[in-house]
Order: sequence, then C-alpha cells, then structure tokens
Amino acid sequence: MYRGTKEIQEKGKVDWFIIAMYFVFIVLGWFNIYAASFDLENAVSMFDFSGRAGMQLVWMGTSLMLAFVLIKIDISFYETYAFIAYIIGIGLLVVTLIVAREINGSRSWLIMGPIRLQPAEFMKFIIALMLAKIFNAYNFRLMERKSMLVVLSLILLPLILVILQSETGTALVYLSLIFVLYREGLPGGILFVGIAAILYFILAIRFSDMQLGMLSIGEIISVVLIIIFAAAMVWNYMKRREVTFIILGLALTVSAVALIMHFFNLQVNLGLMALIALGLVSIYLGYLALRFWKKVYLYILLFVIGSFAFIESSEYVFTDVLQPHQQMRIKVTLGMEQDLRGSGYHVGQSKIAIGSGGMFGKGFLNGTQTKLKYVPEQDTDFIFCTIGEEWGFAGSTLILVLFAIFILRLIVLAERQTTTFGRVYGYGVVSIFLFHLLVNIGMVIGIMPVIGIPLPFFSYGGSSLWGFTILLFIFLRIDKGRKRI
Amino acid sequence: MANNNKPYAKRKHIIASVVVVMVLVYAVQLFKLQILSPEYRNFADSNAFFRKTLYPARGSIYDRNGELVVFNQPTYDVMMVVREIKQFDTLDFCNTLNIDKVTFLQLEADMKDRQKNPGYSSYTPQIFMSQLDVEEYGLLQEKLYKFPGIYIQGRTERQYKYPNMGLILGYVAKVDKNKMAADPYYAHNDYVGKSGIELSHEIDLRGEKGVEVLLRDAHGRVQGKYRDGEFDKLPVSGRDLTLAIDINLQAYGEYLMQNKIGSIVMIEPKTGEVLAMVAAPSYDPSILTGKNFSQNYLTLEQDPYKPLINRSIAGVYPPGSTFKPAQGLTFLEEGIITPETRYSCYGGYPPLGGKPGCHGHASPTALQYALTTSCNSFFCYGLNAMLNNRAKYNSTIDAFEVWKDHMIDLGFGYKTDIDLPSEKRGFIPNSKFYTNLKKTDKWNAHGIISIAIGQGEILSTPLQLANYTAIIANRGYYYKPHVVKARKGALLDTLYSARRESNISREHFELTVAGMADAVTFGTCRGINMEPHITVCGKTGTSENPHGEDHSLFIGFAPKDDPKVAIAVIVETGGFGARNAVPIARLMMQKYLMGEIMAQDQYLEKNIAGRVILPSWYRRNAPIQRIDSIATQVRNVQGN
Repeated sequence: MYRGTKEIQEKGKVDWFIIAMYFVFIVLGWFNIYAASFDLENAVSMFDFSGRAGMQLVWMGTSLMLAFVLIKIDISFYETYAFIAYIIGIGLLVVTLIVAREINGSRSWLIMGPIRLQPAEFMKFIIALMLAKIFNAYNFRLMERKSMLVVLSLILLPLILVILQSETGTALVYLSLIFVLYREGLPGGILFVGIAAILYFILAIRFSDMQLGMLSIGEIISVVLIIIFAAAMVWNYMKRREVTFIILGLALTVSAVALIMHFFNLQVNLGLMALIALGLVSIYLGYLALRFWKKVYLYILLFVIGSFAFIESSEYVFTDVLQPHQQMRIKVTLGMEQDLRGSGYHVGQSKIAIGSGGMFGKGFLNGTQTKLKYVPEQDTDFIFCTIGEEWGFAGSTLILVLFAIFILRLIVLAERQTTTFGRVYGYGVVSIFLFHLLVNIGMVIGIMPVIGIPLPFFSYGGSSLWGFTILLFIFLRIDKGRKRI
Repeated sequence: MANNNKPYAKRKHIIASVVVVMVLVYAVQLFKLQILSPEYRNFADSNAFFRKTLYPARGSIYDRNGELVVFNQPTYDVMMVVREIKQFDTLDFCNTLNIDKVTFLQLEADMKDRQKNPGYSSYTPQIFMSQLDVEEYGLLQEKLYKFPGIYIQGRTERQYKYPNMGLILGYVAKVDKNKMAADPYYAHNDYVGKSGIELSHEIDLRGEKGVEVLLRDAHGRVQGKYRDGEFDKLPVSGRDLTLAIDINLQAYGEYLMQNKIGSIVMIEPKTGEVLAMVAAPSYDPSILTGKNFSQNYLTLEQDPYKPLINRSIAGVYPPGSTFKPAQGLTFLEEGIITPETRYSCYGGYPPLGGKPGCHGHASPTALQYALTTSCNSFFCYGLNAMLNNRAKYNSTIDAFEVWKDHMIDLGFGYKTDIDLPSEKRGFIPNSKFYTNLKKTDKWNAHGIISIAIGQGEILSTPLQLANYTAIIANRGYYYKPHVVKARKGALLDTLYSARRESNISREHFELTVAGMADAVTFGTCRGINMEPHITVCGKTGTSENPHGEDHSLFIGFAPKDDPKVAIAVIVETGGFGARNAVPIARLMMQKYLMGEIMAQDQYLEKNIAGRVILPSWYRRNAPIQRIDSIATQVRNVQGN
C-alpha cells in the first residue's frame, strides 16, 4: 500500500490548536462565572453544584462528552442528516412558540421536566449545516434566482420564528450568515448597500432633531454621503474620472451658490439646496444611462433614489415599527438619551465596572462593582464586565486578541476545506462567532446597542455552551476528514 | 478537483480584516475606559454609588367624622457600612449616641449576627441602631463627618391620637423572613403592618418606596446625586384611610367595657359600616411603637386576659336566645309555621320532659309572642316540625341541610369577610357532622334540639351577630361589614359596596321585627326601652357556659322603622342578657343616636362602667388583678 506522502500521514488529525483554545476559553469562562456570581458573605466552592460555577462545570463536562461524540461520528453523517436536522429544528421552534411560557420577556425556553432547552441556540449550527449542504448541491449557483430564493428562505424561516419568540438577538445571529454568502460570491455591492443603509439609518435618527430648511441635519448629511457614494461607484465600476468629477462638481456648485446667497444676506434653505444637488446628480446619471446605454449608470441612479427613499422612511420605521424598548436602546447607544433607568443604566454600570479595572484589574474575586450587583446579567450577557474589572485592560485585551486569533484560525481552517460543504460550514462558524463577539463585547463596552446574546464559552448557560460546542466540533470533524491535496 | 470558489477567495482577507478592525476598535474603547478615564476608577473605588432608600410616609387614618386617629412622626436609624469603617473614635461615637461601650459591642454583634440579621453584608448599609428621636439625630448629624461608614436613614413611626381601638388599628413592626419571601417589595428592616387595619390595608397604607442614587468619594463621603438625580425615584406616600368607626363612640364603648371581657359591635345597617367594634380587654396602640415595642408586646402576649385577641371577630360564643329570630325566619320561610301557629310550653319543651326548660309565660304561643318572651319550647317544636316534615323533605338530613343553608344565608358559619385579619368563622354544623358525631345517620331532631335555641354546637362571633341583626333591621338586605369606609384616591372594594339580599321574604322579617319590638316594650329586654326618644327592637340572650356563669348577650337595632344602628353585645359571664348586655347596648345606642347620655341614665353609666366582671378561668394561673381603666380623653401628643 502506498502510504508515502506527508499529506496522507496527516490525514485524520484534529486541529489541536483550536481545541486548545477551546479549553482555555471554557476554563477562563468558568473562573469568571465563579467571580461574577461570587458572594463574599456566602462564598460557595467553585465545585459546589448549588452555585453557578458548579453548574457551569456540569455544562462543561457534558459539552466535552458531546465534543468527543461529534468527533467520532462519520463525516458523511452531517451532510446526510442536515436536512432532517433542519426540519426537526424548525419543528422545535414552532413547538416552542406554541407551548413556551414567558421567561424574562421571551418565549424561547422549551421545558421538559428537569431539562430546559433553547432550540434557537441549536438552530444556529443547523442553519449553517443546511446552507453548506445547499451550496454543495450540484446545480447550485448563488446568483441564480431559484438558488438565492432557497438560501434566503432557509435563513428567514427560522429568523421569523425566533423573532416571534421575542429573541431578536438570536435572530440577528442568523442574519450574520450573510458573511457566508459574501464569501461565496454575493456581490460586494449588496453588502455595501446594507452598510450604507445602516449608516443612513443612524444618521437620520441621530440628527433628526434639527431642521435646516426642508430637511433635518441627518438627512442633509445623508444626501451628501449619497452623492459621494455615487461618485465613488462611478469611479469604481466605470473607471471614468471625468464623470466622477462632474458629479462632485455639481454638488460643489450648488454649495457655492448657497454660500454666495448667504453672503448676500439671502435666506438659504439648506435642505432645498441639498435636494437640488441630489436632483441634478440624478438627472445627470439618468442622462448618462440613456446616452451610453449602460446598465451600471441605471443601477447607480437606482441606488441614489433608493437611498433617499430609505432615509425618508427610516424615521417612520424607527417610531412605528420598532418597539419602545428597542428605540430606547438605539437612542442610548447613539448618545441621544442619557441613561434611562433601563438599558442606559446597565451600560453605564457596565462601563464603570470595566473602567474601574484600570491597567491590570483588581484581581480575581476582588471586583466590587460586579459583586455588588450593580451590573445586571453579570454572569450571562455582561460577563465581559467581570473580566474587565478583575483583569483590567491587560486581561480584557488579551481575551479580545485570543478571540481574534481563534477566528482567524477558523478562517484558515475554512479556507483549507476541499469541499464547498466544508468551506461554507466553516464560514458559517466564523460568522456566528464573529457576530457574537462583535455584538456582545460591543454592547458591554458601550459601542453597540444592548442586544442580549451571550459571549461564546464565557457566558453562563447550558444551552449556549452546548450550542457553541456543537457548532465548533462539527467543523473540527469536517476539517479532520477533509481530502488532502 | 479542489473547489476553492477561486474568484472570491481573496474575500477571506476582507472578512479577516473585519475581525482585526473589530479588535482594534474595541481595544481602543477599552483603553479609553480603563486607562484614559480615571473617573471610572474613582467611581468604583468606594463602591461609587449609594442607593439610599427613601421611605414613603405611611397613610394616615381618620375616623368617620374626619378626626385624625393615626399619623406619622419622623424617626431615624443609624446605618453602618462595615467595609468603610477604618479609623473610628468609638468613645466619641458612643458618647454621641449616649450608649456605653458594652452596648456598642452588643449592637455591633447583633448587626453582624446572621441569625438576627439574615441580610447582613459588609458592603451595604446595615441598621446599627434604630429609632433615634429628633434630638439624638441632631447630635449625631453634627458629628457625622467624623464617622466614615456611618449614615443616618430617616423613616417615620406611627403616632396615635387616642388610646383606643388598638385591636382594630393593629401595629407595624419590622418585616419577617416569610413576608419578604412572599413579596419582593420588602427589604430587610422594612416596616410592615402586622395586625388589624395596618395588615389588611397594608398595600394601601405602605405607598411605594423611592430611591436616591448618590455618589461617594474614595472616603465614602456622599458627594451629591448621581447624574442630578436621573435615576432617583420619589417615594409615593401611602393612601389615607377613613374609618367607618366613630372614635368617640368607640372610646365610650371601651370605657363601658373596662374591667369586663367581651365585645360590642355596632353596624350601620344601610351601609354595612362598622360604627364601633369594642373588644375587651384591649390595649393602647401607642405602646406598640418605638423602642419599647418588644417589651410591651411580651407583656400583652403574656396577659392572662389575652388583650391581643380581637374578641369581636375572633371570639366565638354560643349565641343563645339571640339565635331565635333566625329560627323563626327559617320556619316561616319554609312554611313550617304560619304567624298563627301556636306551640305549647309548660315551663319547658314537653316532648322531652320539659327540657330545655323555660320560664313562666302564657301558653300556647305564636311566633311573635314567643320572640317577645323568648320561649324555648316554641323553637324546639319548630325545629322538630321542620326536621320531621316528610311532606317537604325526603329525610331528616335533607331538612337539616335546608336549615343549615338558611343559617349561612343569615351570615352564620362563615367569615363575614370584614377587612380585618384573623376573623373566625364560628360554627354551624352540617348533617355530616352529626352523622359522624352520633355514628349513625338515623339521628333525629330531639338529639340536637338545643341548636334551636342557639346552644349545643352553634358558635358565632359578635360581628356575625351584629351583621345578622343588620339583616333583620333592613328586612332582608345587607352589605358586608367593613371598618374602612373610604380610601383616598381609590374606590372601596366592591366586596363592600355590593348590596346583598337574603333568601327570606320581607313579610317574615316584619313579623320578626314586631316580636323584637314587643320584647323591648313588654318582654325580656324592657331595660333598653327608651320611648319616646328611640324605638328599639331587641332580643336578649343568655348563653350557657360550662366553665362558669352564663354569658350575657343582646342584639338589637333602632329606630324600628328607619334603622340607623344595629348592635350586638356580649359580656362574658355577665349572667342574664338583661343584666349587663342590655344596659350597655342602651348606653351605646343613646350615645350614638342622641349624642349624649340622658340625665336619668347618668347613674346607670357610672354603675356599668364601674362593674368588674372578670371570669375566673382566665386567671387560673395568674394573680387576681384588675385591668387598669382606660382614659377616654384625647391624649396630648406632640406634632400634628
């Protein structure tokens, strides 16, 4: 038998680097849960199962068993049963929606005797698996309408079910799988439109309180951005320098007119001016589209008009579609509302706890802010507070860097997959971890709005730890069984 | 064969750079928070925040005429945060508080003792010493800067303007573990209503606690409000209550009942409002406030006459002959008798050889005259006729259940649902009870005949008797009795504002009322005849007491045609109803309806108030003692 080459000898090795990091994370998580739930006056041991740390130890033990089983299962199992898993997952979400009682405002817990599960947590890896299976199908082309529809409905169906359970955070996690689509060829323009939309939304809401003529400040800034984006798009897609300059020139001319009018003590309606500039740019783009018969100009024109329509409707969406507590969280994050007893107070407390950590922190179990219960959810969603307070800047950046290394390593693993199935699943794992970090840590340090999703491996909870373990170890199993080149 | 999706492979760099940018942005934010902003560190160094609870003023209580009865007075607690105490001049501190070193150490040990103070934490303010008065507070406040870790927390304490109705008002005390577990509103060291109205109307009276978030510097000194009080919550004062009780009438009743054991309950029939509810003995509510609470409570608890029991609602007595109107009403309603039905009486109930006995009067009698003379025999005949009526009922048991339902309809056997805690339900047996007792279901009327005259197993509270009297006074309808007439800023519970109807027809009530009116004019309770001033209807009762002399009872209402008051009086071991209960009812009705005592009754008033009737069984193991008489004048109180 031919067993000579290095590649074949390597076959079957698990990525021990990721496993080592996994161990580091769950052990650090365990220590921090102990610290976060530590009560000086009633100290219980880390191994006391009546305490949070003791329970976490149980979840860790069961997770390791799970991990071992997942590594041992035949590689073809996952692809074969992805669809069945998806059906079961959707079924569980529907059942949960019907039978679950409300716990802390959401109806996402399925309680069967002593077992309490959050099916939405497990749906994360199931959707990733299902996407991987679909992408791997023989006749799959992402940008074809039928394939796109299948992909979108695979993500949107569980997303809607989870939103109905009032678990908005988890629903956003599903949405993060858009990263996977990007890697697989979703046009960057679509992602760019998404980012632009978020930007417009923030601007329109943040600066909606002051009117300058026909538009608010936020709308005027957004219009300026639209024109700059349009110019940049022309530059990027058409490589026509003079068109770019004409677009910017139109805008500058209008600004100059406004300035001159101002010098002559004429009443300047800035909003109207911005609208005129936008109109001129649109007309010019329309002219170009007809003149050169190029679709791209039409798309850019559509982007300009669509952007403006989006800005005009975002205020309506904000006040009439979003719920008051969600509006409040966004306002607090944007610095429009100061600390209104709810989310703002929590973030304020959390920032104080982290800020009080200083360079090297107060040391294990010495954090006062978290101990005194100033910070809510300190052993679940706000666990990063405890890290910040007790281990300081050094400790919290170290954790951040460790997570960055972890995800970069996962990207490497995803890229070295030889099958579409493996790669798509790998990027699913990357997207989910990345989104959790981005939102959870961002929320705790006051950059993101308060969206209740856990910090992987650190937040207390069986469902979340199991969910992340399964997500990760299925990928490690797929990686282990990949065909070597 | 490898499928890298090559055209887009370079996008891995973009995704990787998102990761890197995120880490950089977050690290910068962490740097800003942890290194560049020392204020966060300072915030946290001394725990930064001090959440000071602002206690709401407990609702005041007024009597039915708007007279202030219960109000609040400020008092102060000394709080200690153990972690913040570093250098401490114990001697100076002790002198300021006027305690010695031993007391100081004892108080400190008590505070830290988890048995006594389960919520103890060295990080949060704990009560070191409670209930400082204004002067002590002033002394400490001046020197407070010398004692880091010591704070003063203000709260209010109950003050009582009258030494009366302690049992109705109840008292407030520190909340216990069970209550804290049952209601998350309460924190350790909160005060809560423990009995009486303070307990039953706790939610109304307590209001809502507020909070003040204060900032402290590294030495624990309060530097001011956090964010100009954005997180502060003002306390909401408790609701003021207006009682149905007339404090003067109540005080007068307590005066008449001094050195006696028993109860007076007066109800306004048209509304169900309780005008007076005297339970004797009682106590002065002001002794259960302040520093001497524990000591005084213990004294009351150990008193052989049990002054902590509200006998008006928790004392159960055989109603005796006062039960007879209920029998008459039942027999009439069931068609067992007509107003003309006559039964004979030869000094007792003939079928059982003259037992139960009766006194001399004309025979045979119809219902009206039977009520007037309180003929035992008549009602025994009636019950016997009812239970043996096979034309109407299938069995004795069926007939008995119908009888029982009528008793319940008239308010016996179940709690009246008055807005006071620890009410008892009395006792009306059902057929199962007798089947169990007699070990056969073949029992008959003669075996249980004494219930027809309110003896045997029948038990009733004074409140139930007063309520039933109100039903008779109203000729059939009633409102559930209640002691709180109005709540400020809220309607009265519909439980008390709903008119309820009895199942018995109005004409039967008229006949009963006629019998009770005759009892006053020429029957058993001539002692309450106040013609021409007030037309009273009444019924005496003498309930047999196996431990000693009979209890003296009276129920009645007045005026006959437009009843303004219904009354029930019980004097334990007071003998015949006419001897003690009737004169007390006479004076109470006079006081309420005429506002003063007639000249001809002045002697009676003194005589009644001077009587000492203390049943011997209470002091079996206690030295003989008089219960100190209670002053009825308004106490001179400071404040208000």
